[in-house]
Amino acid sequence: MGTDYASLKKGGFMRQKQRDNFSARLKVVGGNLTSEQLLAISSVAKKYGDGHVHLTSRQGVEIPFIKLGDIEAVKRELGEGGVSIGVCGPRVRTVTACQGADICPSGCIETHSLAEEISNRYFGRELPHKFKFGVTGCTNNCLKAEENDLGIKGGMTVELSPEDCIACGVCVKACGEGAISMADGGIKLDESKCNYCGRCVKACPNDACRGEPGYIVSFGGSFGNRIAKGETLTPPIRDRQTLFKIADAALDFFAAHASPGERLRPAIERAGWGVFKSSVEAALHE
Amino acid sequence: MNDYAIDDSVDITDVVCPVTFVKAKVAIDEMEDGQILSIRMNDGEPAQNVPRSIKDEGHRILRLKDNEDGTYSLIVQKRGD
Ligand code: SF4
Ligand code: SF4
Ligand code: SF4
Repeated sequence: MGTDYASLKKGGFMRQKQRDNFSARLKVVGGNLTSEQLLAISSVAKKYGDGHVHLTSRQGVEIPFIKLGDIEAVKRELGEGGVSIGVCGPRVRTVTACQGADICPSGCIETHSLAEEISNRYFGRELPHKFKFGVTGCTNNCLKAEENDLGIKGGMTVELSPEDCIACGVCVKACGEGAISMADGGIKLDESKCNYCGRCVKACPNDACRGEPGYIVSFGGSFGNRIAKGETLTPPIRDRQTLFKIADAALDFFAAHASPGERLRPAIERAGWGVFKSSVEAALHE
Repeated sequence: MNDYAIDDSVDITDVVCPVTFVKAKVAIDEMEDGQILSIRMNDGEPAQNVPRSIKDEGHRILRLKDNEDGTYSLIVQKRGD
């Protein structure tokens, strides 16, 4: 029987070293699974695998040792438990996220709903090579935004309201960048030092440090054979609509400029960062 | 700068995160509404983060004072719910 490995792989079944065994990659969005999904995964791993699962570095779950003949049954039983199969190959991959503002006290943005939205919009889209999105809730960067082709990091743009300041000094200490100082005239912000971490906003007892949440977007990260940190080319983005405009622009650029098997970063480098930046900026001002 | 009439104080320089916050919280919980507590903490992580945790508990932060000996004192007014 001729086996179509490419379509198996697209469907998230990766050929193992052991002949006729496949590792099933499951679709996980933003690192969350329900207890029901876990039960379905557990039962399939026991029945069709060898009783273990592997957690990938990108919040994915794989069930190894699935036999070729069981693939349809595995898909069906996982599907009944609300679990879908993931993807591999040249397309938009699992969207990762930290817990973000819904759960983490440091979070500046809601990460899970954003990861869902990105996933619904782009997951599986065919491209010249793999494309990774990651969402992290604040500049603590637990999810390492800049290692993704497109990384999103929550931040706060700070504005001080001196009339509400009780000169307690909490923000001066909370700021790890030394961007806030206190002189006779009151508090002062040096915007050039601010990294948008939002700690002053979270710590201020009197609402005198006010923060506007935003998305700090980075492009062209890769942490495989080649290691490069994604670059931020715009000021923080205020709303999701604009965020999706520039994500669309980045994916369109990638689809148009990359050679097959080329990641976003080398494609940008061949075209020139200036050219890429212009297309992102054009989308920003649409 | 105005000084406050301190009702009680607690030293959390002898413990590390996350006990720093727990020790401070226990001290506040033992006080009456409106009373003022001074919490002495180490510079660095505690001085950066404890004020915010106390704020998140709903109490009123009045001041973070640099004791100029590597410690800070956080002046907090207890607020019940
Ligand atoms: S990146 Fe920020 S919001 Fe996300 S888990 Fe880490 S500290 Fe929390
Ligand atoms: S947002 Fe962060 S870096 Fe900017 S002033 Fe506030 S604490 Fe400092
Ligand atoms: S934390 Fe808020 S009230 Fe305290 S000094 Fe800073 S801005 Fe003023």
